[in-house]
Amino acid sequence: MEPRPRSFYWLTAFFILFVIFLYGPTITIGILSFQGPQGGLTFPMNGVSTYWFHNLFEQQAVGDIWGAFRRSFALGLMVMVATVVISVMAGLAFRKKFAGSGVLFYLTIASLVIPSILVSLGVGLIFNQVGAKVYWATSGFGAQLTWTLPFGLLIMFAVFNRFDKRFEEAARDQGATAWQTIRHVVLPIIAPSVIGVALFGFSLSYDEFARTLLTAGSHNTLPLEIFGMTTNVTKPVIYALGTLTTVFSLVMILVFLGTLWILGKRRARRAS
Amino acid sequence: MKSAKSETLKGWALALPLLVVLLGFLLLPIVMITIVSFWQATEFSIIPAFSLENYEFLFGSSVTYKVFWATFRYALITWALTLLIGFTVAYYLAFHIRSSNVQTILFLVCTIPFLTSNIIRMISWIPFLGRNGIANQTLIGMGVINEPLEWLLYSDFSVILAFVHLYTLFMIVPIFNTMMRIDRSLIEAARDNGASGRQILTNVILPLSKPGIMIGTIFVLTLVMGDFITVRVMSGSQAANVGRLISNDISLLQYPSASATSVVLLVTVLLIIGTLMRFVNIRKEL
Repeated sequence: MEPRPRSFYWLTAFFILFVIFLYGPTITIGILSFQGPQGGLTFPMNGVSTYWFHNLFEQQAVGDIWGAFRRSFALGLMVMVATVVISVMAGLAFRKKFAGSGVLFYLTIASLVIPSILVSLGVGLIFNQVGAKVYWATSGFGAQLTWTLPFGLLIMFAVFNRFDKRFEEAARDQGATAWQTIRHVVLPIIAPSVIGVALFGFSLSYDEFARTLLTAGSHNTLPLEIFGMTTNVTKPVIYALGTLTTVFSLVMILVFLGTLWILGKRRARRAS
Repeated sequence: MKSAKSETLKGWALALPLLVVLLGFLLLPIVMITIVSFWQATEFSIIPAFSLENYEFLFGSSVTYKVFWATFRYALITWALTLLIGFTVAYYLAFHIRSSNVQTILFLVCTIPFLTSNIIRMISWIPFLGRNGIANQTLIGMGVINEPLEWLLYSDFSVILAFVHLYTLFMIVPIFNTMMRIDRSLIEAARDNGASGRQILTNVILPLSKPGIMIGTIFVLTLVMGDFITVRVMSGSQAANVGRLISNDISLLQYPSASATSVVLLVTVLLIIGTLMRFVNIRKEL
């Protein structure tokens, strides 16, 4: 191997600093959430305890954390399933050069770049005018889809742009119907990316704030609950909540990555 | 050969769910906002009408111009910083990491924070930047300053820091994606012709990375311009941008006025995106 240029070491140092910048704050609040009962918002640590985690669950003053978590989790799963199904279908649609596809594509991009508060406000106004109540599982669900679907579709585009069409042609030559080709050839090939779409769908929904703000109604999702707490950050209890929800997000990411890994292994075994 | 008509029909059938969601939860709400922006409001209710009152007030107030200027300023500074950092990181990952496994892992390291809570990531700056935070403690300990710096937290500095922290990823991913598609033989050809590392970077890689830079720019500009929560949390409600103007009106139930501001913001954002989209074909770049 040729020797590394000097710039490599500079860039490595830069990259390490960037990673510290990215993760340092999160790790810090992870540590600080174990402050003793008298501990403050920053170092030094005033003893080590799990006081603030207990505090999170006992007092009513923090609000309905568990209820909010359950709703966010359920909504995340709903959004995940809808995002996967709708994105895969639309991804397949866009492979056909159908008339008007350009308009739909730009509408999807618009959905991504539009300021989130506008979606929140607009959906809220519509529900208001027709006399329906905003509710996390209806208006909140729809508003969140405008955020997750563009990501799902962009991933599908990336997948199908690299898709080798000869696999399908081979299947068709062997007499497979259009549906059989999709079910037994296309879907298994794109499966890893579909898991990626699912991960995005769940995570983006679980952490979504701006588009849910005016569309969730009186039953808050977790990010809304957390936002309510930020107006008055005086105790490490919010760090404890932040640590828990971040750990949960990381566990979900690991679950998805683990699924991908198992899928890859199985495929490798079958191929050999 | 299948007929174009049946392909179009099948295409729309498959895209129907997407279309329904976008019509119902994107297009219709925008139409609604536009309509309501012409309505009138009292303290307790909103009245359907056709009045230009909201726009007259908006364009007649010096606050509007100040707030829009502040929003542009946040967007431009954040854009410059995320581009600088994002390009450097993407360049490092794409051209200096030789093993594709290491590349994937480092790329994941960069993207994972995107899948965790933004609000928590903002709050986690508090122990660093506060009056008695780690930054001030360290600087005082090193003897650099005698008094704690007050402008670290709840200031424009902390707002922009949080933006860069949250959104650099949106530069890294598209730029990295574009860089990975650059034909490596072009770089070898440049090297064989005697180009230095720096020349390769500025004359080959940079021009070929432009589509990724454009996509990243679109992301960062729209995210910062539409933001209302980062500015609120990180400035301790002291700074204003257009998003906060809208959300303040909403909390006062002044929906028509909030809608008018929204329409102006939307038109501004779409004009910027429309201009940027002329330089890049997003569909081709994925």
